[in-house]
Amino acid sequence: MIRIPCPYCGPRDHDEFSYAGDATKVRPADPAAATPEDWHRYVYLRDNPRGAHLEYWHHVQGCRAYVKVLRDTATHEVLAAGLPSDDLPFEDLEAGR
Amino acid sequence: MAEYSVLSLVRNALGGHRRWIRAWRDPEPKKRYDVLIVGGGGHGLATAYYLARNHGITDVAVLEKGWIGGGNVGRNTTIVRSNYLLDGNNHFYEHSLKLWEGLSRELNYNVMFSQRGVLNLAHSDGQMDAYARRGNAMRLNGVDSELLDRNGVRRLYPYLDYSANARFPIYGGLLQPRGGTARHDAVAWGFARGADRLGVDIIQNCEVTGFERSGDRITGVQTTRGTIGCGRVGMAVAGNTSRVAQMAGLELPIESHVLQAFVTEPLKPLIDGVITFGAGHFYISQSDKGGLVLGGDIDFYNSYAQRGNLPTVEHVMANGCAMMPNLRRLRILRSWGGIMDMSMDGSPIISKTPIDNLYLNAGWCYGGFKATPGSGWVFAHTIAEDRPHRFNEPLSLGRFTTGHLLDEGGKGPTPKLH
Repeated sequence: MIRIPCPYCGPRDHDEFSYAGDATKVRPADPAAATPEDWHRYVYLRDNPRGAHLEYWHHVQGCRAYVKVLRDTATHEVLAAGLPSDDLPFEDLEAGR
Repeated sequence: MAEYSVLSLVRNALGGHRRWIRAWRDPEPKKRYDVLIVGGGGHGLATAYYLARNHGITDVAVLEKGWIGGGNVGRNTTIVRSNYLLDGNNHFYEHSLKLWEGLSRELNYNVMFSQRGVLNLAHSDGQMDAYARRGNAMRLNGVDSELLDRNGVRRLYPYLDYSANARFPIYGGLLQPRGGTARHDAVAWGFARGADRLGVDIIQNCEVTGFERSGDRITGVQTTRGTIGCGRVGMAVAGNTSRVAQMAGLELPIESHVLQAFVTEPLKPLIDGVITFGAGHFYISQSDKGGLVLGGDIDFYNSYAQRGNLPTVEHVMANGCAMMPNLRRLRILRSWGGIMDMSMDGSPIISKTPIDNLYLNAGWCYGGFKATPGSGWVFAHTIAEDRPHRFNEPLSLGRFTTGHLLDEGGKGPTPKLH
């Protein structure tokens, strides 16, 4: 079991959450101006690092907030967690380190 | 090299089995090869085999970071089928299934391919309609399928839950009689031996650490056993696809996820086919050694760990017991995890890439094992001819740019759902 420190509820088992994927992807700010390649990068391409991965988890069986988590995909260790608007410690780690 | 036959078996039995020779060589890597295949799993070995057999290209090395059979080719639930709805997938997987049907003879190696039938259970009227549609699509493409009603399923498998209080009552099912199982290790060993006999070098304990580039071409591959020059490079590294592609400067529509599988204690013959649950995700068959081989969903988060978590174990077992209550008293003997290269539309990618002489074989999601011979066949064609075979034209990397996706489940760009 992975323990995720929810900013509202404290440490909770990961099966209370629904995984919502890569948190580094940012929707094009001006959809009308975005090129097909911008959409391709946003919708389909992923860094998919082995190591530190910034991701969203939705606390569906708790406070229902989205939580931003920095987690190591090789060990499953949670390195940091916070609100989606937070800048997490270690967030500037190069992906995969 | 000696053929495997009844005669050679008798001869070696009389000699106390001391004179079998190794199935493939253990060569030192040469300075350069015409084609380098990165990844010595089922797909990489099959690709090397068909490069030599179909295209006469024998100056080939397969680079494997571990040992042959240690990756996903030995970590699956051995199911082989071609029961797909969409044309692009259906044609490709049916080609693969036809290759399976002659594979033991082709390789002179018993891959124990057993066409025991794959049954998908339906648990609602809507699901029966969807199965009728998929079964019809299969038949239109010349693939066998039979839609069974509840009694038809019951005649095949009387021990499923047909009780009045079953949480997910069985309405019927879609059967592909030509589907079945194979022995996964034997597939790896058979292709390795076959490729080796045709002159391919299989180099184990040789991890790729980088690529040497000259413009839009790769001129060499850096490995833990030195730099190896190359004319062309084929990549078939499953869960590590994104990492190896990144070394070549490519970003791909792939996420890596862990999928667990399980084997129970051995039993006398119980399940003589493959049964899949339709109300959740669960599939089960029985190996020739007697253990029930089963699996379910991935763990639903990005992972490279080759081991999963307990909530998924509980979820898989709950699915199994809902479908087949007599599983409840069994003990699980072993479990393991493999890293799936989950693509963004749930279908594989066998394709040219933006780099002129780099070819990509990836995105297998849960389903790479059954594709092994077909994948090798069309990937070898793509590398040898520098253009896709007609069966992998729809499986191009470019489909994510043009929008020609192959989304069997209609689930959208969410890899964990495929």
